Amino acid sequence: MTDVARFSDPELARGILDEIAATVTRPWSIMEVCGGQTHAIIRHGIDTLLPTDVRLIHGPGCPVCVTALEIIDRALAIASRPEVVFCSFGDMLRVPGSSRDLYSVRAEGGDVRVVYSPLDAVRIAEAEPDREVVFFAVGFETTAPANAMAVHQAHQRGVENFSVLVSHVLVPPAIEAIVTAPDCQVDAFLAAGHVCTVMGTDEYERLADQHRVPIVVTGFEPLDVLDGIRRAVHQLEDGRTEVENAYARAVRAPGNEHARRMLDEVFETTDRKWRGIGPIAASGWRLAPEYRRFDAEQRFEVADLTVNENPACRSGEVLRGVLRPDECPAFGSSCTPRHPLGATMVSSEGACAAYFHYRGAAAATGAT
Amino acid sequence: MSFEWSCPAPLRDYDRITIGHGGGGLLTEDLIRHLFLPGFGAAAAEAGADDAAIVEVGGQRIAFSTDSYVVRPLFFPGGDIGRLAVHGTVNDLAMVGATPLALSTAFVLEEGVGLDMVARVATSMGEAATEAGVMLITGDTKVVDAGLADGMYITTAGIGVVPAGIDIGARLARPGDVVIVSGPIGRHGTAVLSVREGLEFGTEIESDCAPLNEMVATMIGTGADIHVLRDLTRGGLAAALCEIATEASVEITVDETSIPVPPAVEAACGFLGLDPIHVANEGTLVAFVHPDDAERVLATMHDHPHGADAVAIGEVSTERPGMVSARTALGSHRVITRPLLEQLPRIC
Repeated sequence: MTDVARFSDPELARGILDEIAATVTRPWSIMEVCGGQTHAIIRHGIDTLLPTDVRLIHGPGCPVCVTALEIIDRALAIASRPEVVFCSFGDMLRVPGSSRDLYSVRAEGGDVRVVYSPLDAVRIAEAEPDREVVFFAVGFETTAPANAMAVHQAHQRGVENFSVLVSHVLVPPAIEAIVTAPDCQVDAFLAAGHVCTVMGTDEYERLADQHRVPIVVTGFEPLDVLDGIRRAVHQLEDGRTEVENAYARAVRAPGNEHARRMLDEVFETTDRKWRGIGPIAASGWRLAPEYRRFDAEQRFEVADLTVNENPACRSGEVLRGVLRPDECPAFGSSCTPRHPLGATMVSSEGACAAYFHYRGAAAATGAT
Repeated sequence: MSFEWSCPAPLRDYDRITIGHGGGGLLTEDLIRHLFLPGFGAAAAEAGADDAAIVEVGGQRIAFSTDSYVVRPLFFPGGDIGRLAVHGTVNDLAMVGATPLALSTAFVLEEGVGLDMVARVATSMGEAATEAGVMLITGDTKVVDAGLADGMYITTAGIGVVPAGIDIGARLARPGDVVIVSGPIGRHGTAVLSVREGLEFGTEIESDCAPLNEMVATMIGTGADIHVLRDLTRGGLAAALCEIATEASVEITVDETSIPVPPAVEAACGFLGLDPIHVANEGTLVAFVHPDDAERVLATMHDHPHGADAVAIGEVSTERPGMVSARTALGSHRVITRPLLEQLPRIC
């Protein structure tokens, strides 16, 4: 049995499911914060195996989904410039801006390249000194350390033709925005394991305390997710509101000190607009003053470009957990992975895309 | 000149060719159905869903197929563009039950590419053709300006003879059929990607690139009732199953745990956010076989090097025509869909 297979062992899963069923006495709603967890839940049908009293709400933890429309439009504007090599993770290429996507820019002659690490973009900048190389730095606390390292290396090595379009967002302010919203239906959170691998769990202690909500740091394999749900249900039934670490094989309370030092060095906290949710105070990172010259928004003067969302898209409600993807009138009809109204349908980690791919037509018609 | 898609109904995604139009997914299908076929007009034959067309010549059924190869890089673990160009077309012919006979080879070479590299590819093609038992009988050579063809592109076309009494095609999948996959999936795509992107996954993954005609001949030779053969190229196992389910109007259900995925492929796909069932193969097929004959076909495949790990992964039913689903390890079901576009372009 492979390492991965051990974390989806059917016997163990059955045991955890039985324990959850024996524990739960009333309806609970649990939000998994991370898009990777949403994917595991839908792909393995975990939600269909749980007792009906345990409802999973899919949270805002997909970086592609929550990147504001105007950031996408800024990316498109920069990528269209003839002197620019625009480097991005592949997932961002099909995210629609106001009128097109990065694939269209490429088809029109733009130099858009898929890379697997921001350090590759720095290498491209060094290899092609007469071009302006821009890396699209999206994501949560998980992708930020590598992006910080790329900027730091460019700074140290004097790679002045490198810059980053930064749209980093942070999990704890999003949890706080969801839990304080008047229509909040979330009783407990499964925190994103990989985010905590970097940042540790300290910040979640305050959230659990202040908002009286259980938070279980959870991994991504089927058994990880089930164990997170099991612990959350126990806390809810016991009336406890603690931070629990169900992903101890990867997460330590202080996080990764080296990564945090690099983040502190290169980034500073800023307000961010979240796609579908709106502005959240102090919910993102931007480059610190010493590194600001690597800021692509300033270098290419696109910071003033602002746009509003398509009102037909209700991804904001999906991201806040108020609306299930298949409850949206557009789901599977006017909104499909092929013609997405919003990023939750584009990204492979998006809740709407996960529903569409793994539930298909059944979800679109409400059948099971 | 402005251009209008011939089908007025659906909103089209792009007004230019994007890399996704070459992915073999829904965008490619759009291009064929709504641009090429209307453009070809009366000269176009009905486009079938099989890898090769069959024409009757003097009472003999001749299978005919063509394919272009644009893989980057030209050499990768387990193969190269030349081997791919020969085996790809041989396999397309074999999937309609044909005995491949001869191939044409057309080269588009980039100005400046080393003759040693072209020679390596030529040698590889010769060896591949000998291995598959086909002749390379005609060809063409063009050169384009430096910077235009990433070294070289190769187009091969091939013909083969379909033996009397053999009728194999996607439309022929029947309820009750056992679905057999000939070996571990996802190797070609991850092998090409690992060298292209400089990614390392602990152990080197080799492409499964191989000619399947000999194994297919032995499968057919058992006299088993084989309804469908399909090599799992772009879009992987998922695309093949979805196309067959649609074409034959049947439901296909597979056991996720029985699908052979090498640990290195699984690790690579986990890292890259890909699903192994969507990743390209170049020497792996699925067979849809009458349930009474499945054991016999499997035993024959096990005797052949390209089918040593063949395994039954699912079955065909009539409940929800066009639907492909997987029973997961946890006992739930999930729907398998066709990828919209190839996540890994320039893979073959």
